[in-house]
Amino acid sequence: MKTTQQIFGKAALALALAATCGAVAAQAQPKVKVGLMLPSTGTYASPGTAIGNGFKLFVTEQGGKLGGREVEYFSVDDESDPSKATENANKLVKRDKVDVLVGTVHSGVALAMAKVARENKTIFLVANAGADELTGPLCAPTLFRTSFSAWQPAYAMGKVVADKGHKRVVTLTWKYSFGQQSIEGFKESFEKGGGKIVKEMTLPFPNVEFQPFLTEIAALKPDAVYVFFAGAGAAKFVRDYHAAGLKSSIPLYASGFLTDGTLDAMGEAGKGLQTTLHYADGLPNKKDAAFRLNYAKTYKLQPDVYAMQGYDAAQLYHAGLSAAGGDPAKQAEIIKAMEAAKVDSPRGTFTLSKAHNPVQDIYLREVQGGQNKVVSTLIKGLADPARGCKM
Amino acid sequence: MDFASFLIQTLNSLQYGLLLFLVASGLTLVFGIMGIINLAHGSFYMIGAYLAFVLASLTGNLFAAIALGIPLALLFGAFLEWALFSHLYKRDHLEQVLLTYGLILIFEEVRSLLVGDEVHGVDIPAVFSASIQLSDVLSYPVYRLVISAVCIVLAVALYFVIQRTRLGMMIRAGNHDRVMVEALGININMIYRVVFALGVALAALAGMLAAPISSVFPNMGSHVLIISFVIVVIGGIGSVWGALVAALVIGFADTFGKVLVPELSGMVVYLVMAAVLLWRPEGIFKKG
Repeated sequence: MKTTQQIFGKAALALALAATCGAVAAQAQPKVKVGLMLPSTGTYASPGTAIGNGFKLFVTEQGGKLGGREVEYFSVDDESDPSKATENANKLVKRDKVDVLVGTVHSGVALAMAKVARENKTIFLVANAGADELTGPLCAPTLFRTSFSAWQPAYAMGKVVADKGHKRVVTLTWKYSFGQQSIEGFKESFEKGGGKIVKEMTLPFPNVEFQPFLTEIAALKPDAVYVFFAGAGAAKFVRDYHAAGLKSSIPLYASGFLTDGTLDAMGEAGKGLQTTLHYADGLPNKKDAAFRLNYAKTYKLQPDVYAMQGYDAAQLYHAGLSAAGGDPAKQAEIIKAMEAAKVDSPRGTFTLSKAHNPVQDIYLREVQGGQNKVVSTLIKGLADPARGCKM
Repeated sequence: MDFASFLIQTLNSLQYGLLLFLVASGLTLVFGIMGIINLAHGSFYMIGAYLAFVLASLTGNLFAAIALGIPLALLFGAFLEWALFSHLYKRDHLEQVLLTYGLILIFEEVRSLLVGDEVHGVDIPAVFSASIQLSDVLSYPVYRLVISAVCIVLAVALYFVIQRTRLGMMIRAGNHDRVMVEALGININMIYRVVFALGVALAALAGMLAAPISSVFPNMGSHVLIISFVIVVIGGIGSVWGALVAALVIGFADTFGKVLVPELSGMVVYLVMAAVLLWRPEGIFKKG
């Protein structure tokens, strides 16, 4: 009996030891802390949610891990409010001490986040905000973008419009930096192609009373109109343009944001619109098909460009963290690996430019049957000029 | 700008101004007669637009949606007055602002839970879907003209009710001296309830009418709210007639500002307000 007891005792001791060792081992493998700063309320709630969903989808596909490490999420609703952005970013960076900061839709918020991330040397993955500055004058070794720069789709569209033989074009956008950068990118390639901007019109953000501008366009009679609008304003503009009878006589072109997430609201008016973007419906690659299927299964929603950008932010960080053996503290190695990464994105494979902006294909799309169907790959591997980036 | 463009821009100004009047009239009534600063007024516009979207997709017809929506808005307004606003009359403006600001947040959140955050469109009823050809490339949707006509009819009706009916007389009397009206045996609380419900219904109707041309989206009430306050201040607090004139002034200032001085287009409306207030600090039409 005694021996049995002893055996039991030893076994128990061994088990207890094993358990403690296990616990020690688990402690040596702390979770990687991901800070998601996205809007979950307000005008940009829907793209904000999509980015978060996309990011989490990739992590789930890796068994809840990134670079072999369990993931712990910290979330803040940024409300798309630039005046609260510094405080919100500090909550994640200083209070929660996240290893990587992921955000956001609104460029103004992202600019403030970039500042906080740079000061604290935290890796910052920009999963939407397209302000040229982020990978321009404000570029930083720790800042990576998985979306686009305002310049990219706009530049591609300038080429399309010039190639179609349009000579005189009127532009219209909201008077804020992203809108104006979209016009600048267009102007650059359109004028290079021999075109002339007859008039650049702007209205204050987020004003949507377009009627005076439509009257002005009708009086100027340009060959084509190029605009930047997104969200509700985009839906309203396209409906107004159609209702004013201009769509049949003066073709309308835009960056892809005009028709992303707004097609239902546009109805008939959106039909046939051509736009440029780094993503489209009906891309002929397997990665995209798998991504869309998984996303739809998981969230009972169709993915969009925002979800794709969030998914790629997770992919990119995964590549970096894996190369560093799963240790988020080895920042230099993570950065090196991310710079060299070839991201197998649903949009098609992309690499990163020196300024850490995607070098990616830009597609020409056309609205057909409520989708932005790909027409052609306009420019392969378009890199942002990264003006003002010293890195 | 040639003469044809000028005429079309004038039409744009009138149409925009009249729609603004519809929202601002309710605000000026509630503000002037009940003394309530109602920041949630823009939300009633938003609620109207969403009602139009939901009811039109259920019934398949915008007219049916409006016919159902107006009584709903009236009931909703009467309920809010009974449950919340009736407790505010004797309190100061800060508490009114707090309550009505809180309501904006609640309405937006409920809207988000019920219908989501996507942008929606509402189809123009088939009867009015035609357009009138104005120049060789530009046409004007008939529906916009219909909205203007409805706004004019409502402006006249409001004027008539307030100036020529017994109810209007009681409303005006209540505006001047609440205690005296009560002493004369008139149920002032009931009058306030009617006025508030009317204000909500006017804003909601503006939202319903505007839904097909403006599309339906989160926070759509906030811009309308600011411009409505500008109109109420310019027109003179409590004056429906003043609101009409001020709404048209703003319509013209905004439209021509955008075309003639694009650099200042965001400010034109406020410059006009500043100028009017310098000239007449109490607004164009004094309260009365």
